[in-house]
Amino acid sequence: MPPLPFPPHAPISWYLILSAILFGLGVAGFLFRRNIITVFISIELMLNAVNLSFVTFSYKLRQNDGHIFSFFVMVVAAAEAAVGLAIILTVFKNRQTLEIDEISSLNK
Amino acid sequence: MDTLLFLVLAAIAVACGINVVLQRHPISSALSLVGVMGALAVLYLQLGGEFIAAAQLIVYAGAIMVLFVFVIMLLNAGSERKSARHLWARWAGLPLLFIFVGLMAYVIQALLPPSGEVSFGGFDGGSAQAIGNRLFTIYLLPFEITSILILIAIVGAIVLARKEID
Repeated sequence: MPPLPFPPHAPISWYLILSAILFGLGVAGFLFRRNIITVFISIELMLNAVNLSFVTFSYKLRQNDGHIFSFFVMVVAAAEAAVGLAIILTVFKNRQTLEIDEISSLNK
Repeated sequence: MDTLLFLVLAAIAVACGINVVLQRHPISSALSLVGVMGALAVLYLQLGGEFIAAAQLIVYAGAIMVLFVFVIMLLNAGSERKSARHLWARWAGLPLLFIFVGLMAYVIQALLPPSGEVSFGGFDGGSAQAIGNRLFTIYLLPFEITSILILIAIVGAIVLARKEID
């Protein structure tokens, strides 16, 4: 059997780099998308990337505090999703649009 | 073998993540995000986070994404309109993103001391029993405050989304 082109166990830094890539994708979606729901989904993607970092550092330090932090992040994300989607519902009821460029009253 | 698992899951997560950003219809973005969450749940399992992997699937992929899909269906959201962007955003956005991610990857590689590798079963402090022990002793106050936060969120969501009754 030929030797594998990569080490048998993945280095810890690879997990952190994956987390950085996912966070960058979340930032890109947050900045480039125009639909308010897609912007919200990008925020969830960033929260997931940070959770991966927490769990990875928890593995590295051999303590489970990181797991508890990411548990709290999940709880806050659930609360945020409930309130944020209620706000989106209200905005849609009043404006009949989901484009963030047309919902810019606070900008003026 | 662990590396192979990591590479496959990382490829799934990144591909689904790119799909989240590139899709024009919100429902496609939401379903791609479920793919990212599933891949991340298996990675948590590999890192020894059994409880977090289960919570990720139940809370994130279950509850939160159902909420998202429900709202998208309720609002009957169509595809996103193409809108004119600034010239510099169109040409400099993607290279700047690559520079940002590359810089982060470089900093991680350069500043993190060589710290060993991830092997399945290398850390067993992530069981529900260990998490519960810490959650209800050291982290008891944050846990109770979280319950108040959720209560406030429920009341806020109901107040925002209710129908006006004359």
